[in-house]
Amino acid sequence: MAMSRALKRYNRDVIILSLIYAVFLVLAVYAFKHQLLSGPLAYVAAILPALPIVAILGAIGRYLAEETDEYLRMMMTRQALIASAFTLSIATIWGFLENFDLVPHVYAYYAQILWFAGLGLGKIINRFQASRGAL
Amino acid sequence: MKNRLKVLRAERNWSQGDLADRLDVSRQSVNAIETGRYDPSLPLAFKIAELFALSIEQIFTSPSKENDQ
Repeated sequence: MAMSRALKRYNRDVIILSLIYAVFLVLAVYAFKHQLLSGPLAYVAAILPALPIVAILGAIGRYLAEETDEYLRMMMTRQALIASAFTLSIATIWGFLENFDLVPHVYAYYAQILWFAGLGLGKIINRFQASRGAL
Repeated sequence: MKNRLKVLRAERNWSQGDLADRLDVSRQSVNAIETGRYDPSLPLAFKIAELFALSIEQIFTSPSKENDQ
């Protein structure tokens, strides 16, 4: 069993959703740059690029539900927990720094970017601990 | 958890990949269990035991008895 069926499906979903995200983002940026939208339609267009990102979180949830290999499931769960701890730690620290006017304001969606970076960090930590015999 | 998985596998000339295929898990899982880095769930422990036609205790050493060995 080189790659589980659930992992193949997850990888495929992430690639497709990333492509949809890129298309939605380009369209939304173009529409706003040329002032093509207003009213409720502008809200819909602004939210569109966020939806595939939210769907990726759903894909992770589906992977965890469908993965029959308990060890791989545990590894992904650890990755997600590390990503969450990483994101919330930085968001909390940044929030206090921002509150005291020491750093500029950043958009809330950067939390999601941090979380995906945290997922990568979790994978590195998993591999490092496995190589040291701790996992 | 200490276990005899590597010995049992070697007796049958199975690679980690062969055992993984028979258990329907990844090679990483077999490696993690074999090296004691990961303790399998009870259903997977039963699956391993049934594959080798042994009891779970004949493959895995109870943590409370590890110091006795």
